[in-house]
Amino acid sequence: MAWYWQLLVTLGVLVVVLTIAAGLIWYERRLLSLVQDRYGPNRVGPAGLLQVLADTFKILFKEDWVPPFSDRRVFVVAPSLVLVTALLSFMVVPVAEGWVVADINIGLLFILAMSSLAVYSVVLAGWSSRSKYSLVGGLRAAAQMVSYEVFMGLSLIGVITLAGSFDLSEIVAAQERSIYYVFPQFIGFVVFLVAGFAETRRIPFDLVEAESELVAGYHTEYSGMKFGLFLVGEYVAITLVSALIVTLFFGGWLGPWLPDVVWFLLKTLVFITLFIIVRGTFPRPRYDQLMALGWKVMLPLSLLNLLVTGAIVVARAG
Amino acid sequence: MTDRPQTLRPPAPVETHPPLTTDVVQVGGLARRGQPLIPRIGRTVWSTLVGIGIVISHAWRSRDTVQYPEEMTYLPPRYRGRIVLTRDPEGEERCVACYLCSAACPVDCIALQATQDENGRRYPEWFRINFSRCIFCGFCEDACPTYAIQLTPDVEMSEYERHNMVYEKEDLLISGPGKYHTHDFYRVAGLAIGGKGKGEAENEAPPTDVRGLLP
Repeated sequence: MAWYWQLLVTLGVLVVVLTIAAGLIWYERRLLSLVQDRYGPNRVGPAGLLQVLADTFKILFKEDWVPPFSDRRVFVVAPSLVLVTALLSFMVVPVAEGWVVADINIGLLFILAMSSLAVYSVVLAGWSSRSKYSLVGGLRAAAQMVSYEVFMGLSLIGVITLAGSFDLSEIVAAQERSIYYVFPQFIGFVVFLVAGFAETRRIPFDLVEAESELVAGYHTEYSGMKFGLFLVGEYVAITLVSALIVTLFFGGWLGPWLPDVVWFLLKTLVFITLFIIVRGTFPRPRYDQLMALGWKVMLPLSLLNLLVTGAIVVARAG
Repeated sequence: MTDRPQTLRPPAPVETHPPLTTDVVQVGGLARRGQPLIPRIGRTVWSTLVGIGIVISHAWRSRDTVQYPEEMTYLPPRYRGRIVLTRDPEGEERCVACYLCSAACPVDCIALQATQDENGRRYPEWFRINFSRCIFCGFCEDACPTYAIQLTPDVEMSEYERHNMVYEKEDLLISGPGKYHTHDFYRVAGLAIGGKGKGEAENEAPPTDVRGLLP
């Protein structure tokens, strides 16, 4: 593959992902208000679209304040981690046939590794702030994300078993040969969806932020663009999880008539929309309920799914 | 205690409430409850989907938001907004500069200076309300003995500079009587001013001659 093509894809993915993440600020606010009988931001530009720019400029010109009681170096590094890991994960996501930044054969493992690293961002942010709300938020993040990481990985083993590869492009190609993996791996899909909500720290699993009890959780002490990085990182993570669901369970770029990229973006947008609708629907569970759901329901479910899938695959092979 | 009739009821069986949880998290306690598992999973999933459906259906309902600068919410006539000074039906100032509004004001935003005209009629030489302090409590309106000071249903008085929030008498004085169209303080008060002697007010008897011998 020519180097300039590689460069083009890299830049393209970076620009599009960051644009989508920024656009999600508008999209989430408008969609959420749509289902809450409100209008949302509709003043700046057509349909409030320039609200994205207004928000960005506002947050850029805010005072960049580091609390004197914080652990300064860690405090500064923590917000960038969340964005960097989420952006790095996009490296292995194929947007269309051959349109992938790094076509490595352990793509899925790479993504799981990156999402595990993202935990550090939240935990370190909560730790280095040296404030009680941040600390509680960080602790919750550690427990929640470590728990949900377990069956997030397990729920994907079924897909990997069926496709016989960790390579995301290969998984999509395998779906082209058979059917979308949402049908044989429906339980895996549901478990991964739930784990995705938990990994992105979205409602109903936003106990990490829990504004009604923890002010803003791990980013209570953050302001300005450092807070903005958490915000953008969260939106990139939503885009990433949606893109992963599409790639692993809904055949990635596959689809008739339209170009590959359009199909991929459309499918991703559907799941981003689901993320936002779910935010408008569910209340936040109690912390023990969150843990019970993870360990007592989701983990056995994903193990059962793994067992049945493995048995069927072995039976058909032999 | 022994031979009194029993009036106490036997203790009611203690109601055991299920923990206050939502459908999403009831999944976590599946194994504990006594009901069959499969229907409960079904109910949980169904209620989750119904919840999402209800939320989506709200996209087609009418909005609660009032698009403010274009639309305006209804403010009742007795809404407590911008303060005005009214005139009596004859077109004269109602205010008699008694300072009661100024004294009643909890934030001390009203200042005035009393003076008299050639008829002996009191009026404020100047009258000043600092609306950047005013909390629109309406105490001044309650305190006013002549219905001069009144609050109106107008709230659109934003300014870019604070000193523009200080309203002088010419800003406050309106040409009409406001809420009490017929009230005319000097026509009902027993006070003698130029053009109206003692006993000439409405419903006022002529003054008694205290030195007279007639009954």
